[in-house]
Amino acid sequence: MILENPVNQFLRQDRLPHIWCPGCGIGTTVNCFTRALLESETDLNKVMIVSGIGCTGRVAGYMNLDSFHTTHGRAIPFATGMKLANPDLKVVVYSGDGDISAIGGNHFIHAARRNIEILVICVDNFTYGMTGGQVTPTSHIGAINSTTPYGNFEQPFNLPFLADSSGAVYVARWTAFHVHQLARSIKEALQKKGFSFIEVIAPCPTLYLRRNRLGDGIDEMKYYKEKSVVKNNADTKDVGISFKGEIVVGKFVDRERPSFLESMNVHYKKVLGDSYKTYGE
Amino acid sequence: MKSDNEAILTGNHFLDGDHACCEGAIAAGCRFVAGYPITPSTEVVERIAQRFPLIGGIFIQMEDEIASSIAIAGASWAGKKSMTVTSGPGFSLMMEHIGLAAITETPMVFVNVQRGGPSTGLPTLPAQSDMMQARWGSHGDYEIIALSPNSPQECFNFMIDAFNLSEQYRVPVLFMMDECVGHMIEKVVIPEESKIKLVERKYTSLPPDKYLPFKPGENMVPEFVKAGDGYKIHVTGLTHNEKGYPVINAEAQDKLVRRLVNKIKLNSDKIIRYEEDTVENADVVVVSYGITSRVCIPAINEARAKGIKVGHLRLIVVWPFPEKRIREISGKIKSFVVPELNLGQIFYEVERNACGKADTYLVSHAGGTVHNSEDIYNVIMEAAK
Ligand code: SF4
Repeated sequence: MILENPVNQFLRQDRLPHIWCPGCGIGTTVNCFTRALLESETDLNKVMIVSGIGCTGRVAGYMNLDSFHTTHGRAIPFATGMKLANPDLKVVVYSGDGDISAIGGNHFIHAARRNIEILVICVDNFTYGMTGGQVTPTSHIGAINSTTPYGNFEQPFNLPFLADSSGAVYVARWTAFHVHQLARSIKEALQKKGFSFIEVIAPCPTLYLRRNRLGDGIDEMKYYKEKSVVKNNADTKDVGISFKGEIVVGKFVDRERPSFLESMNVHYKKVLGDSYKTYGE
Repeated sequence: MKSDNEAILTGNHFLDGDHACCEGAIAAGCRFVAGYPITPSTEVVERIAQRFPLIGGIFIQMEDEIASSIAIAGASWAGKKSMTVTSGPGFSLMMEHIGLAAITETPMVFVNVQRGGPSTGLPTLPAQSDMMQARWGSHGDYEIIALSPNSPQECFNFMIDAFNLSEQYRVPVLFMMDECVGHMIEKVVIPEESKIKLVERKYTSLPPDKYLPFKPGENMVPEFVKAGDGYKIHVTGLTHNEKGYPVINAEAQDKLVRRLVNKIKLNSDKIIRYEEDTVENADVVVVSYGITSRVCIPAINEARAKGIKVGHLRLIVVWPFPEKRIREISGKIKSFVVPELNLGQIFYEVERNACGKADTYLVSHAGGTVHNSEDIYNVIMEAAK
């Protein structure tokens, strides 16, 4: 008897094989995402996946869900419009570090500030994969990229800290090695009423690892295993990552704060009284 | 949610064009607006912000125009009629999502209350200098529809047409106002709900396994589904096949892009709208749109009083351009006169379609105010010689 992989139902079989390189960490994160969906028993018809542009931006295209592959950096405002227009939808943004923190950085902090009820999964491989390995806002100091051939000297973003300080209600970080923790985290975040953010550190063997002589995908997994420290509730300002340095992982933030729509409904009800009909009911 | 007839303010009003535009959108069924403040369009979203909480709409002031112009795409796929409102500098930032709306066939309305440019230019003063940007501003080959109102009443009326066209053809519709029309206050009659004809998007009746989200249907327009309906559609800004899947080759590109363009081109007779005043038997025809279509009337009348046979062709739908009509007329008249608040945009369309069979005269103006009637009159007289 041949058992079907339970993950298959979540993938567009007619689009496989995918475009990702051997050893790339993006596929691993997708696997965790599908497991989280499977376990969370959410109505899959209501789960929307929205991506920007880049290697991770291609995730939307492989998921057997309503999926939207938008413009570079703009997955979050697209998701914002979608969620507000139909609050019944569960909207997940799945994109890379360049897409979310460089070109889309402004949208990221504002969606967190407004507490728009979406889950943002950022696969952070410290480089632009699709365009050939350029420096991103999360590339470490000293790292070689095609546009930093002598090494990067810019201070990188600490994304959990950025999300936390902008107002996200759920912030976690895992690596592609922490598959169980990641799946659990996604499942948990899917239930949050507000802006949730999960950063997944993942290998880009083709460009980032090779250029920085960090070995292949397996070597990177060994690095994640050896150098990750789980520190739940860590202060996010202390979780920055340096080149070959320690990676603090865990669930850093899990709090309650009224979402955009909740705040809107409460506020309008208060000031407009009966002339306001609660939105989204 | 309140019923629509409570949302429609049937009756006689005294409104400026920006406010009338807002009421037109509401009457058209628009219930999602994302915008960013910019002069001289801000009054549209200010009124939306005031009206929407009472009629079940959602307004969000986004962090910039890029975000606004894609938030409405997300809302449109979620099933809401959606628009954004801006002016020159914001319009420049929105170009990317005019392209996205075109390739993903997402109904979206963009209102541009035009001001003088380039760049920050004249924030508070009128121009008509974004007309070519409206047509060509996003990269790649695509078609859009653009309307140009010349009064607050038309801002109301044509907004309904803008939404209808956008839903019917699944195409971005650009509502090209200008500062004068936006800020002029006139009587606006809002009819009863039953007199307002709305065109709704066509949802498919096919089951998910038979449905192809980008297979051309009636008028080459694919049938719609909403996000969350269980069809598990894929929508991408990449070149795609009828299933919506990316296909990166020349054949797929040719098939998709030609259809996107032909969807408007081959239906253009149904979309194009203009008004004519004594164009038959004219020697000179003035081609105008927006505020200039009112400013040129005293000049036309004065020339007629001098015995010149002057016709007037006023564009309501500017894009697609009435190429055929200009060609027909050009064989019969001496010349066209095109006054516009720019240094030549629609003029070149007229010139191109006149095919050398009629002379073409531009009455240019860099914006900041409207033309002097005398300047238009002088060119009409010159064109009649
Ligand atoms: S280039 Fe890097 S990120 Fe992109 S698919 Fe290959 S390994 Fe993955």
